[in-house]
Amino acid sequence: MNLRYLVLLLILLPIKVFAVIEVDITRGNLNPLPVAVSPLSIDEKSKNSFKKILKKENIGEEISVIVENNLKQSGLFNPLNKDAFLQKPDIANLKPRFEDWNLIKAQILITGKVTFVDENLRVEFRLWDVLAGKEMMALAFTTVPSNWRRVGHIITDKVYETLTGEKGYFDTRIIYVSEEGPKTNRIKKLAIMDQDGFNNKYLTLGNELVLTPRFSPTNQMVTYLSYFRNLPRVYLLDIETGKQEVVGDFPGMTFAPRFSPDGKKIIMSFAKDGKSDIYTMDLENRIVERITNHPSIDTSPSYSPNGKYITFNSDRSGHQQIYVMNSNGKNAKRISFGNGIYGTPVWSPRGDLIAFTKLHKGKFYIGVMRADGSGERLLTENFYQEAPSWSPNGRVLIFYRETKTNSKGEGFSAKLWSIDLTGYNERMVETTTDASDPSWSSLLSN
Amino acid sequence: MNLRKILKNGFLILIASLVLTACATQKKSTQIQGDVYTGKDSVEYLASGVPDRVFFATNETVLTTASRETLRKQAGWLRKNSKINVVLEGHADERGTREYNLAIGERRANSAKDYLMTYGISSDRISILSYGKERPVDSGSNPLSWSKNRRSVTVKAN
Repeated sequence: MNLRYLVLLLILLPIKVFAVIEVDITRGNLNPLPVAVSPLSIDEKSKNSFKKILKKENIGEEISVIVENNLKQSGLFNPLNKDAFLQKPDIANLKPRFEDWNLIKAQILITGKVTFVDENLRVEFRLWDVLAGKEMMALAFTTVPSNWRRVGHIITDKVYETLTGEKGYFDTRIIYVSEEGPKTNRIKKLAIMDQDGFNNKYLTLGNELVLTPRFSPTNQMVTYLSYFRNLPRVYLLDIETGKQEVVGDFPGMTFAPRFSPDGKKIIMSFAKDGKSDIYTMDLENRIVERITNHPSIDTSPSYSPNGKYITFNSDRSGHQQIYVMNSNGKNAKRISFGNGIYGTPVWSPRGDLIAFTKLHKGKFYIGVMRADGSGERLLTENFYQEAPSWSPNGRVLIFYRETKTNSKGEGFSAKLWSIDLTGYNERMVETTTDASDPSWSSLLSN
Repeated sequence: MNLRKILKNGFLILIASLVLTACATQKKSTQIQGDVYTGKDSVEYLASGVPDRVFFATNETVLTTASRETLRKQAGWLRKNSKINVVLEGHADERGTREYNLAIGERRANSAKDYLMTYGISSDRISILSYGKERPVDSGSNPLSWSKNRRSVTVKAN
């Protein structure tokens, strides 16, 4: 009896140990880098000046919180608790006592200083390698005080770039569709916000249905679908001036718009007599060009970053699949061959991957594959989710997810989510209302 | 011998009637045939006996026998009321990507339009409007709700 018990125990124990290791493997074995973000130091006079203009008690602290949150959201960094910091911000910025920062296990230290100069906000910040005990970067810039949130994002981009060797994605905005009301009669508005959810602004009033806004690579313009006067058409909107216009003169529904990588053309679908084909319109000379001509539904076009190819969605094989063709419409080749149906292909700004939505056995997946269709990788599975949009550095995808309703149709919600290309660090992006159809801008400052 | 035959036949009849009632109750409870909605829940009428909508199977834009019958009634009504124009509003269920669903809604409405035209209704009187999955009639996330939402609805335009 005793012996039997022992044997069982011996068999059980290693299994338990293996299980723990397995969780680590699926998590990608990533240890977020411990980083100390010291509050940016500020003198009394500057503090009071900013307090008057921005209604913020300590703008130096506020900016450091933005940096901290950005770093945390990235999943790559672990900002340490400020209560443990031993050195005062102003002294740390002059000459950090690396032993102190080492003691709280910080490997990276960010310090800085904010001053009020000629009605402007002047910021300097430094990035320190705690283990090596040396400065990695020092930078100063001046801007109008109202740009204070952007200052936090720009600092994060610089830190991210220095430490990962890749451009950041923090000084960016998201345009999306804000949703309210019952599922059978949703009120939808175009909305724009900073990448971290702040500075939310509505761009339409909700009088007509709006869908699928997409940023121009130049950031001033957005293309989207509006049901203005019950005519679903692709529109062009200047975010700064609020000016809108219909794109092209088509005798029917135009939809699924996107910009070309140079921002000079809009590519979209036009539906007529039960078939949808892909067209482009040159925004300078207004010339419309037909790209596909097939009895099938051809939609969701997206250019490769070099503009030479177009990936799109077609049901010419009988079901929704992903294709790639030359930008003149020639040489269309199917690239999705896995089980299920595929939609919403969108080319990575790095050019290597195409992100997509896949529906298989009643589940929706966001995934990526190479442009030749190889290396398909599913990042996330859910009841309903679609429409990935890439961060400008091609490392993160933002998409939207809807919940299943019960038999009475209750419990519906739509939210924005982001996930790393690694398939990990999945996070809900906070929005004031329900949200869908996100599109990520390119970096605002470069 | 005779008795045995009668008993045997009676038994067969009994089985047959059991099967029939089983079918009937099933039809009533699900209101779906092959994936296509056959109930009357959301249906409205353009005129007495003229239903306003037809339903489709998942990912399908082909008209069923019942849909063709509904559209023949609509064509008859349109012939009698030659001043009335209509909008055919095509819809999809929520189980698809937004952009593809806009296209499939357009194709469903066009299936209905083509059929009305074969019964002599001029294309000038018919316009098409696809809502994709944006305007479901039933907000449930289940096969019955989805079947009600895959539809083309004929709406008076004037």
